[in-house]
Parts: sequence; C-alpha cells; structure tokens
Amino acid sequence: MSAWETIVGLEIHVQLKTRTKMFCRCAAGYGGAENTQTCPVCLGFPGALPVINRTAVEWTVKLGLALGCQIAPRAVFARKNYFYPDLPKGYQISQYDMPSCEHGTMLVPMPEGELEVGIVRAHLEEDAAKTVHMGGHTGRIGGADYSLVDYNRGGTPLLEIVTAPDIRSAEEAKRFLQLLRQTVVELGISDAEMEKGTLRVDANVSVRPAGSGELRTRCEIKNLNSFTYIARGIEAEAARQVEIWESGGEVRQETFDFDAGSGTLTPRRSKEEADDYRYFPEPDLVPVEPPAELVERLRAELTEPPAERIARLGAELDLERALVLVTGGLDRLYEATVAAGAERVAAANVIANNLVGAGVDPAAVPASELAELVAARDRIPRSVFDEAISQAGAPGFSAAPYLAQEAVSDTSTLDPVIDAVIAANPGQVAAFKGGKEGLLGFFVGQVMKETGGAANPRVVSELVREKLLR
Amino acid sequence: MIDTLRLTAEGARRLIERREVSSAELHAAYVAAAGQRDGELHAYLRLVDHDGGAGVPIALKDVISTKGVETTAGSRILEGYVPVFDATVAARCKAAGLPLIGKTNTDEFAMGSSTENSAYGCSRNPWDPTRVPGGSGGGTAAAIAGGLAPWGLGSDTGGSIKQPSALCGNVGLRPTYGTVSRYGIVAFASSLDQIGPVGKTVRDVALLYSLISGPDANDSTTVELPEPVELPSNERLDGLRIGIPTQIWDLQGIEPGVRASFEAAVETARSLGAEVGDCDLPLSFDYGMPCYYLIAPAEASSNLARYDGVRYGPRVEAPTYREMVEKTRDAGFGDEPKRRIMLGTYALSAGYYDAYYGQAQRVRTLLIREHRDALERFDVIATPTSPTVAFPIGDKASDPLAMYACDVMTIPSCLAGLPGLNVPSGLSDGLPVGLQLIGRQFGENTLFRAGHALEQALGFDGVPERLR
Repeated sequence: MSAWETIVGLEIHVQLKTRTKMFCRCAAGYGGAENTQTCPVCLGFPGALPVINRTAVEWTVKLGLALGCQIAPRAVFARKNYFYPDLPKGYQISQYDMPSCEHGTMLVPMPEGELEVGIVRAHLEEDAAKTVHMGGHTGRIGGADYSLVDYNRGGTPLLEIVTAPDIRSAEEAKRFLQLLRQTVVELGISDAEMEKGTLRVDANVSVRPAGSGELRTRCEIKNLNSFTYIARGIEAEAARQVEIWESGGEVRQETFDFDAGSGTLTPRRSKEEADDYRYFPEPDLVPVEPPAELVERLRAELTEPPAERIARLGAELDLERALVLVTGGLDRLYEATVAAGAERVAAANVIANNLVGAGVDPAAVPASELAELVAARDRIPRSVFDEAISQAGAPGFSAAPYLAQEAVSDTSTLDPVIDAVIAANPGQVAAFKGGKEGLLGFFVGQVMKETGGAANPRVVSELVREKLLR
Repeated sequence: MIDTLRLTAEGARRLIERREVSSAELHAAYVAAAGQRDGELHAYLRLVDHDGGAGVPIALKDVISTKGVETTAGSRILEGYVPVFDATVAARCKAAGLPLIGKTNTDEFAMGSSTENSAYGCSRNPWDPTRVPGGSGGGTAAAIAGGLAPWGLGSDTGGSIKQPSALCGNVGLRPTYGTVSRYGIVAFASSLDQIGPVGKTVRDVALLYSLISGPDANDSTTVELPEPVELPSNERLDGLRIGIPTQIWDLQGIEPGVRASFEAAVETARSLGAEVGDCDLPLSFDYGMPCYYLIAPAEASSNLARYDGVRYGPRVEAPTYREMVEKTRDAGFGDEPKRRIMLGTYALSAGYYDAYYGQAQRVRTLLIREHRDALERFDVIATPTSPTVAFPIGDKASDPLAMYACDVMTIPSCLAGLPGLNVPSGLSDGLPVGLQLIGRQFGENTLFRAGHALEQALGFDGVPERLR
C-alpha cells in the first residue's frame, strides 16, 4: 500500500448530557422504561411546538470555541423532511446551512509532528427515537416481523461535528477522535461513550496515489462503535478501494456497515431514489443569536485544551506518556505532583500505572502526599507502597504513616533468603551466569515474594548480582 | 329566556355579574339553540357539557387542541384523536372561566374558504342555508351568527377568520403574528397561522383578544404586547388616516354590491372625521396569492407529515411501514390537503427550492416592506374583506382557483404578519358584506377604535333577517 494514500473525513455525533431534551422539558438520557420520557412535543402531537434548550446552545458554542470555530452571530434551525417511524414529526429539526460553529481546527500531536484537522462545522440537532426490529435474523428493518419504537431518546440534543478530509491514516483518525472525545468530556457537555451511543462516528474514506492532489470517490462506513474498530474499518475500506483501483476497477460511492467481529464491510442497500430532504428554515423557531457577552464569557471559561497539554507534556516526558495522562484525565494530578517535588517519569508511571491500576479517582488524590509516596517508592516495602496507593483517594489521606515503614535493607536479614532462592533455582543460576542477565529480575521477584514485599528491591538487586557474579 | 341571537359576550358577562343568569344556564341556552338550529347549520362537530367555569361560554374551532375533547381539524386522519393537553389559548379561556360549548367545523386542516373541505360535511350560512358560511372558520362564524355561541376562536392563515366573519356578518380579528400563542393549534402553515377572536361586536373581540394574547413559553414566536389591549368606546375617528389601495378598483370579481357597501363604509368613516386617501400596494395584489400558495403549502407539506398512523389517529394496516403510511395518508387526507402537500413538496424539492419557496420568501419580504411603507402614511388600510358575499354551496367546490381567489384581499397582510379586523359594513342582496381594516404591527388598539366607531355609525344588525 505504499503507493497509495488514504484520505479520511469524519462525521461525529455527540449526545449532549443536558438535563432536558433539545426542544421540550422531558428528561434526557438513559434509564427510563420505554416511552416514559415523552411529551406531546417529542411525540410530535398535533399543535405541539419546539422550544430551544438554552443549555444545549451554550454547550455548542463552548465546543465551537474549544475547536477554534467561528461562532455564528445568527444560526438557523431547519427542517429535514423524511418519513421514518422513529421520526415522530416527519422531520428532524437540525441546523443546516447556517450552523452555530464553522471553520475550526484541531491540532493533533503525532510522533512525527502536529496534524492539523480542519473542523468544517459543528451544528446542533435533535436525535431520532430508537427503533427495535423484532423477529427475523438481521436485526434490521428488512426481514423483521415487526418493529417497536422507544421515543425516550427522540429529541435528545446531538452535536454533529464534521471534519475536513485532512486525516491520512487509521492511526491519525484514532488519535484525533481520542482527543476530540477528551475535549468534549472535559467541557462537561457529554459522556461521549461509544458503547452507550453517546459518541457515534461515521468515516468517509477514499484513496489516491500518494502525492497526487486529487480526491477520488469516497465511501462511508457506519456502525463504528469503538476507536479500535474505527481504525480497523478505515484500514479495511482503504484496502478494498486500493484493490479495486489496482485491478483496473472503479470505486462506486457506497455506504458500508463494518462488522468488527469478522472484519468485513457490508454494503447497505442502496436506495432507489436520491435523498431529497426538502430542507427549509424551521418556522416554529426564531434564529439562534448568542449575545457577544455570552460568547466571551464562555471563551473565558475555556481551559488549556488537551491537544496543547499533550504537546507540552510530551516535550518534558514523551508523547505516549503524555497522551495516556491527558486522555486518561490524569494530567492535572501529574502536574500537581511534579510541582510538589516528584520526579517527572516516576510520577507519570505511578499515576498511569499504580494509581489507575488500583482504581483510584485521580481527582481525590492530594498531590503533595502522592509526591512523597513517589519519592519513597524504592525505600518503603512494596506492599506498603501498594497499600498506600490504594488508599490515596480516601478522605484525609496522609502519606506519613506509610513512609515510616522502611523496607528491609539489612544484609544479615536478606542474605539467608537470597541464598535459599539461589539454591532452589540452579537452572536459572546457570542461565544467568551464561549471560542471560535479564534473569536478575526473576531472582529479585522471588526474594520480594519470600519477604512478603518487605525487602528493598534496589538492595536485593545489588546483593543478588554480587552473589551470582562472585 | 335568553336571546342567544342578540346577546353579546359583554352583555352576557353583565348578566352573570348581576347574578341574573349563571354560566351554566348560559351554556345550556347555547346548547339548546344548537339543538334547535345546528341540524341545519352544522356549525359544531361536537358539543360538550358545561365544565364548571363561571364565565361566558365559548366555541372553539376544531384545530384548537382541547384536553379530553376530540380534536379533528376537520380531517378523517384525526378521527378519534383526543388531545392529552390544552392548546395555550384553550387553557387561557379555561383560566378566564370561559366554559367550552363545543368544537366548530372547519375546512380540513383549515385549508379552504367555505368549510366544504371538511371531512365531516359543510357548515351552512345562517343568513341563507343554501350558501357557505366561508372558511376555513365557517363553523365558528355560523355558530355566532346563528346564535349558537356568543363568541369563539378561529385560526387564520390566509383569511380563515376574516373571510367567514365577513360572510356571516361577524366581527373577527386576525391578530399580529406572534401576539397569540400557536401552541396546541393543529398546524397548517406555521409562519402564517394565527389564532384570533370572533364575536358580534368589536368590544367583544377586543375583550377576548385581551384574554388570549401575550407571550407563551411554549411558543418561541410569541412576544410581549407593547401596550395593553383597550376596549374601545370612541364614537369619532378624527385624525385617523385611512388608506385605500388603488389596486382594488381594478380587481376582477368584486361584486357591485360589495363595492357599494365598501364605498358607503368609507364615506361613513369620512363623516366620522377620518382622513381617507389612496395608497399603493401593487406587489401585494400581483404577487400575494402566488407567494402565499407557495409558502403555505410548503410549510403544510411538512406540518402534515406527522400524520403517519404510527402514534395516533386511524391506521390502515399494511405489510410494511411504508405501505402502511401511504395507505393511511391516502385514506385519511381529503383532496385539498393532498393537493397542498403535493404543491408544497414540489416547491421545496431540490432544484426547485430557489425558484419557488426561496423566491416566495424574498417576495414576502417585499410585501412586508410595501405594507410598512403604506402604513407610514396611513394608520389603517381599508378594503372589502371578500370580493363576494356568501356563495351557494357547491359553486366553487370543483374549482380550486376560484376558491383561492376568495382570499385575494385578505392574504397580503397575512404574509406581512399584520393584524386585520373584519367589521360588517352592510348587506348586499340580504347577505352580509365585510370591511377589512389592516393595521400596523401591534396596531390592534387602533383597529378596535376604528372598527368600534364604524360599527356604531353603521348600525349593522348581526342577526340574520330570516331568524329575526
């Protein structure tokens, strides 16, 4: 595939976690029994009228600002007309030719430098209801015995974000999405969980000979429900298109579902006629005109975006660690811990590995206490350290009681244990002496185990080496 | 004995205040009158029991959602549909203690000028039951003229309050767009639909307008009235500037009797001190109708998409969703909604949008400007409301264009969002003629003053001659 370049544009739907729906006062979100979070408005009863959710508009502006978009002084909702059982009014209310946010960019830190992804637009719309097709085998409408509709989701606010075709690989797509997701989560506007459907991604993929400026026919992949599947789906689709072009064929514009289990792309049935949604401005609503003071207030509330933090931390650590810290929501604790005197790499490792492994909420950990633990990591018994980490999020946590428990460094205590381990593992001893120095860790581990984690691993390591090389 | 033919809402209120009659007794009197005459008039689609309110009873057009009372908008596709909520205007009537008498007949989805498009049969004009009461609000108009209700609410998209009021000899107000909530009104064309009061007198209409108007959190297109509603009591029109569009004199199809009544009303206005002059609305008369018949059907095609048989209303079963929807809509909609859905779908289609819907919206802006300019020189614009008096049932039923022409003078100001008041100006061949007064945005009080003084001077007797 070296001669081919992949072009990807993404369409992302983010379900906002507003308390109420986009155009009515029904509770938004999951949990209710079917069709209990409904009212005349979101069921499309005769005469019911939409009223714009102010919070959803503010959050849209907020995200637009975070993505460097221009905020439209006047955005207009339109009606997108089509018939479907999960669309109670026969039209979806969506911003169309006058969206709230346009012309943004997101800088994605990559090992080879920053990738600039253009944000064409971010607009607000209402979600459709959920149709469940019963009977049949496919779970799709074709072949189903009957369908049931749950209108609880209908009318939930959705933000649609459309990128420019600036993404050149599956890996870039994945990194971009991780970063976008983190941005959305940090703004507090959505949980953005793919498995729950609060973050949905469609990918438009095309390929071209590397270095050429053309844009060839693109295909759309839907049903991508994890970042890994998105990457795999893009790779599979790019490979499919390359094969078609290389065998002299021509790629047709199609839409595919990606089945992650089998790694296959299934074309959706093509429609007989082209879609004509007959958009027109929604006459039941007035234009959205966010006052300049509001926009400035929201702008002032923005914190340093994750991409910038990754770039900054990447420079002092390395990109991979920085990415893990930022997208894991760990970087604030990391920075505070370093500020409290901890060594950078050690702090990053303790937070990203030990703390996360112990399931501790990073927001609950006092950085100064953590810094002391990081500094004492080799000095105190491993078991004590682990215990301290697991308690680090508890109210009023203090490192002091744990620091008092020095690890066993006393040779007279450790010697017999080490000797016994060496005696019990003659094969490993021979291998070590034959040059497999990596086995040092094995011996240290055995000694740690025998001492119940109380030994100082650095001292043990020195002693073992001394004894084996003697 | 309550004379429901003569009693005004104001008069009824006075009787209640003096404890000479109760709200329930009044309600019973109107229901009894309906029992007597509605077999012939068919003004009501259904009557309801007194709901406990202490005020003057009211009739509501069947496009207004009433909690617990079937609301069909004159269509088969809503047969049996019982709203779970009150329209804001219905709730405001309830809050003011006005008990509902019944739901009145309408052209299907308020599309028509005669009520002949109602799926439940046409209403008849109390002045001459062989003739239409106008439409789409013919039911409310016939109920009031026939003494079956003291007042009522209608909806007006292109003339559905003003024109039936003219044909039945009532006073009817189409308010400024945005002053009365549309929440709970079965929508026809959202940017044009307005709810408004109909009654026997201008004061009744002003009173009812004061009860239903004002902002509603459920309708984002509503606004605060810049000034409170005033009940008119003036007898003179000194200083009032009335503009007559020169275009009406060239208009085809204005009946001589209508013209004579209009001219007499203008003379009366002059004698009351009004300054009458010519104004010019060329675009409005040339392009108002075509503009309306693109915008209104376009919005209607979308508003009527929700009637799909999925959640409410009758359903024609079929093997697939698509077939079910098609069959349900085919069986549920009459010819006129189908015609307008097709017109509107076409006007919004890719490739036609700019030439039709987009162009119509641009023309609409020109009409707004043209009216605004005319109303800088004049306080009100006066025209006949309808070019004709009530026409015989069946006369225009097979000719949609002739039917559409009924609204040629009411439509332009609707597109401009302006208020319009019908005041009866007299009779022509024993049938009522209506005078249309168009005001500035939020100019209802001016219309009420002008209408009230004219009403007093003209001395029109709103009781049909055959019922006196």
